Amino acid sequence: MITYLEAIRLAQQKALATDSRVFLYGQDIGSFGGAFKATKNLSAEFPGRVLDAPLSEDAIVGMAIGAAIEGARPIVEMQFADFSTCGLNQIVNHAATLFYRTSVPCPIVVRLPSGGTSGGGPFHSQSLEAIYAHWPGLVVVTPATVEDAYTMLLEAVNIDDPVIFCEHKFLYYHLKADSLPETALPIGKARIARAGRDATIVTHGAMLHESLAAAQELLEDGYEIEVVDLRSVKPLDTDTILASVARTGRLLCVSEEWPWGGVTAEVLARISTEGFGLLDAAPMRINAKDTPVPYHPDLWAAHRPTASTIAAAARRLLHI
Amino acid sequence: MSKKIAPVTQSDFIKAYRVMLTSRVLEEKLAGLYRAGMIKGGVFLGRGQEALSVSVGIQLRRGDIFAPLIRDQAGRLAFGDTVLDTLRTYLGSQLGSMRGRDGNIHRGRPREGYYAMISHLGAMIPSVAGALLARRLKGEQGVVGATCIGDGGTSTGAFHEGLNAAAVDKLPLIVVVANNQYAYSTPNSRQYACSDLLDKAAGYGVGAHKADGTSLMDCLQTLRNAIHAAREGGGPQLVVADLLRLVGHGEHDDFAYLDPKLKKSAVGSDCLLLAEKHITDQGWHTADEVAAWKRETESEVNATADRVRREPSPDPSEDDWAALSRPEYREQYAAS
Ligand SMILES: Cc1ncc(C[n+]2csc(CCOP(=O)(O)OP(=O)(O)O)c2C)c(N)n1
Ligand SMILES: [Mg+2]
Repeated sequence: MITYLEAIRLAQQKALATDSRVFLYGQDIGSFGGAFKATKNLSAEFPGRVLDAPLSEDAIVGMAIGAAIEGARPIVEMQFADFSTCGLNQIVNHAATLFYRTSVPCPIVVRLPSGGTSGGGPFHSQSLEAIYAHWPGLVVVTPATVEDAYTMLLEAVNIDDPVIFCEHKFLYYHLKADSLPETALPIGKARIARAGRDATIVTHGAMLHESLAAAQELLEDGYEIEVVDLRSVKPLDTDTILASVARTGRLLCVSEEWPWGGVTAEVLARISTEGFGLLDAAPMRINAKDTPVPYHPDLWAAHRPTASTIAAAARRLLHI
Repeated sequence: MSKKIAPVTQSDFIKAYRVMLTSRVLEEKLAGLYRAGMIKGGVFLGRGQEALSVSVGIQLRRGDIFAPLIRDQAGRLAFGDTVLDTLRTYLGSQLGSMRGRDGNIHRGRPREGYYAMISHLGAMIPSVAGALLARRLKGEQGVVGATCIGDGGTSTGAFHEGLNAAAVDKLPLIVVVANNQYAYSTPNSRQYACSDLLDKAAGYGVGAHKADGTSLMDCLQTLRNAIHAAREGGGPQLVVADLLRLVGHGEHDDFAYLDPKLKKSAVGSDCLLLAEKHITDQGWHTADEVAAWKRETESEVNATADRVRREPSPDPSEDDWAALSRPEYREQYAAS
C-alpha cells in the first residue's frame, strides 16, 4: 500500500529520474530525508541534486527562482506551510510577477506541508492556499488523494509557472492506495468524488474526507449528496461546480481555512453571481473558526469543520 | 564600563545548579509523559544546554525582558516560570497560562517580561529590540532584554535584520546563540561558512562574547559580562556558546545523524554532570547531598504532574474563540 506521503516521495523520485533539470532544495531534506521523510533516500539516489538548505526560507525560494530563470526545475520543501511566510516576499513578489513583467516564466514548485493535525498548534497547522491564490501569478493545488498527490506533483514540475503545492499533513500516513495512476485529470479540473442529487458539497484537501463521511451519514437519512473535490484552488474549476449545482440546486462549501476571503468565499461569490438561477436555497459555507489554530486536541477538533458539523450544516441547507 | 563586574560566587553557582537540576528532572518527566502518549504534539528538550540557558535567565532582573527559545527550560525556570505552568502547558490544562490555545515551548507571560515565542525562528530578536526601544521611549533606564537562538536560527532574515536594527539604535539587547552543532538534522557545515558564529558580531558592530557551553562557571561569567555591557550602554551583545544538544531535535527524533566524534569531543560533555563534579570537587557539597536534591526535585515534579493531570481540559463550548481583544470587532460570520 502506498501512502499519500510515499506518493509525494515517489513523484519526486520520478521527477529526478526523468528530468535532469529537477533538483530539490529545503531544510533537512538530504540524508535525513526531510522532517516528514518525503525525500527519504533521494539524496543517496541522486547525489548533488537533493540539497540541505540553511534555515533561510527567503533564500530558499529566492535561489529556486534564480535557478528556474536559468532553466532548472527546482522543487523546494518548506518544513511546514506555516514557515513559508518567511519566504513570502520571494514567492508573491518575485516568482509570481516574473512572467508578467518579463515574459520569462518561473517554473518552481513550493511544497507546503499544510493543514492541521492534533497537537500541531498555531504555527504547525496552517492552510495557506487562499492567501497564495490571492496573488496573481501562482498556481495553487491541494491534492486530497494519494493518486492526486502523485500525479499533480509530477504535473506541477512540468508547469512553467510557480506552483504552490499544498500537501495535507493529516493525510500523510492514513490515506493509502494500492497503486499509482499513469494518467490523471489535469490541474485545473475538479472531480466529482461522490455523485448525488440533493445538494452539492464543494471542498478540497483533508476536508474532502470529512465531507465524504458527512455525505455517507446523510445517506442514512435518504439524502444523496454530491461531493466535488476542487483539486486545485487556482485555477478554480467553476464549470464543474456550476454543473453540479445545476443538478442539485443546493451548495455547501467546506474548507479548513479561515473564513475571511478564503476558498469558500470565492466559490460562493462565483456561484452566486454566475449561477444564481440554479440555486434553490441560499448557498452556505463552513470554515475553521476565525482564530489561530489551537494546540489542545479538544479545541482543535472544535476549531475545524468535521464530518458531524458538515452533516449538520448540510441538513440545514436541505431543510431550507 | 562604570561598575566593576562581580565574580561568580559559590552561592551563585549552587543556585544556578539547582535550577538546572529542576529543569533536567522536569524534562525527563516530560519525555516520560510523551512516551506514555499523554502529550499531544511535540516535546523539545534542552538537555545539555541547561548551563547556558540558566545563566541567561538567572542573571536578568525583575523588569528585564526575556524571550527564551526551544531549549530554554532552565532559563525559563530561572526567570520565574514554574514547574506547574510548564506541565500545565504541555498537558493542555485549562488552568495554564496558555489555556490550551498554545502548547509546549510556546508559552510565556508577556506582561511579566517573559515573552511567548512563535515557532518562526529569529522572530523574537526584532521584537525584543522593539520592546527595549519602547522602554527607552518611556524613559526607563538600566533595563536589558535577552533572547536565545540556535545555530540554525542565525541563518534567518529576522536574525540579521533584528540584530542590525538593534545595533543601529544601540539597544541593550543580548542575543544568546546556543551553537549546539545541529539545526534539526542539519550540521553546521551546511548552515554557515564563517569559521565561528562569533565573527558575525563584528559585521553588525555589536559586542562579542564566547562561552564554553558545557561549563556552568564559564556561562555564568560570560553572560554576566554580556548583560553588564548591555546594561551599561554598550549596545547589543552577541554571545555564542559551543555545546551539543544531548537529545534528538524532539522526542520523536532518534538523533541517528549525530556524528559520534562530536559526542566524544569537548562540546559533548554533559554540563549538568560537570557542574555537579565542580560542586563536589570544591567540597561545597557531598555527592549524597546532591543526590538528595535530585530526589527532592523528582518528588516535587511527580506530585505536580499528578495534580495537573487531574485538572480540566479547555472546553470548546465555553471558549470565546476570540482572536481580537475588542469584543465589538469579533465576528463569527461563516465560522462553523
Ligand atoms: C523560520 C523557520 N523555519 C523552519 C522552522 C522549523 N524548525 C524548527 S526547529 C528547527 C531547527 C532549529 O535549529 P537551531 O536554530 O540550531 O536550534 P536548535 O533546535 O538546535 O536548538 C527548524 C528547522 C522554524 N521553526 N522556523
Ligand atoms: Mg542548533
